[in-house]
Amino acid sequence: MLELSRVSRLFNPGTPDEKVALMNITLRLNPGDFVTVIGSNGAGKSTLMNIISGVMKPDAGDVLIDGKAIHHLPEHKRSRWIGRVFQDPMAGTAPHMTIEENLAMAYARGKSRGLGLGVNGAKRSLFREQLAKLGIGLENRLRAKVGLLSGGERQALSLLMATFTKPQILLLDEHTAALDPARAELITKLTRDIVQEMNLTTLMVTHNMEQAIRLGNRLIMMDKGRIILDIPQERKHDLTVERLLGEFEQISGHKLADDRVVLG
Amino acid sequence: MLDSLTGAIILGLLYAFMALGVYITFRILDFPDLTVDGSFTTGAGITAILISHGYSPLLATLAGFLGGMAAGACTGLLHTKGKINGLLSGILMMIALYSINMRIMGKPNISLLGVDTVVSSLTNPWAMIAVMAVVVFIIKLLLDGFFHTDLGLALRATGDNARMIRSLGANTDSTKMIGISLSNGLVALSGSLIAQQTGFADISMGIGMIVIGLASVIIGEAILGARTIFFATLAAVVGSILYRIVVAFALRAEWLKLETSDLKLITALIVIIALVVPTTRRAWKQRNMAKRRTSELTASLAGASSKRGGSL
Ligand SMILES: Nc1ncnc2c1ncn2[C@@H]1O[C@H](COP(=O)(O)OP(=O)(O)OP(=O)(O)O)[C@@H](O)[C@H]1O
Ligand SMILES: [Mg+2]
Repeated sequence: MLELSRVSRLFNPGTPDEKVALMNITLRLNPGDFVTVIGSNGAGKSTLMNIISGVMKPDAGDVLIDGKAIHHLPEHKRSRWIGRVFQDPMAGTAPHMTIEENLAMAYARGKSRGLGLGVNGAKRSLFREQLAKLGIGLENRLRAKVGLLSGGERQALSLLMATFTKPQILLLDEHTAALDPARAELITKLTRDIVQEMNLTTLMVTHNMEQAIRLGNRLIMMDKGRIILDIPQERKHDLTVERLLGEFEQISGHKLADDRVVLG
Repeated sequence: MLDSLTGAIILGLLYAFMALGVYITFRILDFPDLTVDGSFTTGAGITAILISHGYSPLLATLAGFLGGMAAGACTGLLHTKGKINGLLSGILMMIALYSINMRIMGKPNISLLGVDTVVSSLTNPWAMIAVMAVVVFIIKLLLDGFFHTDLGLALRATGDNARMIRSLGANTDSTKMIGISLSNGLVALSGSLIAQQTGFADISMGIGMIVIGLASVIIGEAILGARTIFFATLAAVVGSILYRIVVAFALRAEWLKLETSDLKLITALIVIIALVVPTTRRAWKQRNMAKRRTSELTASLAGASSKRGGSL
């Protein structure tokens, strides 16, 4: 499904500011894998997401989807396979456009955008039906500007926009981190339901240790640009937050430092 | 009096294409495009030279439109592929166009007096107004329609949240190019029509156009608002007409002692006021709100502590 082989990425190479964001990352996701990713600040988690989605190019290494090398494709050409939700609720939607227009743009993912009507009757009823599944009443506000929605509502909409065309890969980068606990819980629940129902291959960065253990069938831990631990389904069952943190310290030699970390 | 009113409305309608063009770059793409000052003349120049060489006025007008689109495409290329800052790409193109326009026209001024143009058969000013109003409205509706297509939505999102629309698969370099080209095509169309209406094309006729376009968009929005695309484009058209009416009356009011050359200063002032007032008003409102809430909060704290004090 998704494969990274020996991917590296430096920032400010050759300057005193040089940062190794990713070092020789090799990772293979099987179809239907739901992988949670944890790691300290600056471990390279977001860079990993950006390299998969094509926002950045790797300095070395290959990214493959279904066995096809895609590292030369620009972001907009990869998006047919990749759905994304960002940490910032502002980032995933266009605030001055309506809910239905935002959905229409997501609906056009992977198709060529021509002079067909963006929102028509058929699409509108599809959108209404999909929005209803979120269970937060957005289906009655199709023509409201997205800028009027709360952070949680926006994030729910972003999640729907990232998933309802069934992308091969779903990338979630701390997409609940900017929300209050109740809303974060709602988005987490929606994420779990949607991923399960559509059987999406998912990579989810989270700062919530308990969530990282509870969700998904695999957990990877990153530190200083490397994947230091890859925990499969079988071992994930009886994992606890303390064990996880202990394991992190043991391998990396330092405590997990994350300014947003939530233990459980 | 009536003459100057009809004259102003006609000019307003002809300049409305330019205002629509400026609306596309300034509001939709969030890209203040200075190419306008050059591409307006490009449209006028191409049309004038073709008409004076005996080509059909309609064809000459279309050629003017296409010339503007080409100029816009160049600005778009500088900005997207050359990664040159937006303002600077526009300025560079505006300067380059001065020479190009001179080459197109061959001389600084081409007269179209006494030759057939697309507007020469409309001698009655009210007929002219009626026809132009219909044409402007059709173009406006076509634009509205375009902005509701899949491509149009992507173009709007490019100005609203470029990162998002890229992640949804649109090439924002292309959408910007399309928007800037379309915008300058409309600006050039406006220049072409103005040349035909006033009877000449002049190398310096485009100077300050961008500011007039901005003023039109802003005046229109102040009156009609911009809740939907329909109202926003309507606002550009209405703003353009109002601007011309205000200018006509300001010039007629002798006690104002205005010279035609003062117009650019006044227009710049309109734009400055329109840009500054909303921000200051917002900041002022916020400060007042903060003050009020602070005094409310301190009052409730004081109330609570005095009550507690009383019960002791
Ligand atoms: N655009 C950039 N320019 C320079 N350095 C960068 C850039 N983006 C990231 N870095 C550096 O690369 C390293 C990895 O950053 P990245 O954002 O991938 O970390 P992260 O694991 O997402 O961290 P966080 O938990 O804080 O989100 C960090 O040292 C960071 O400072
Ligand atoms: Mg990050």
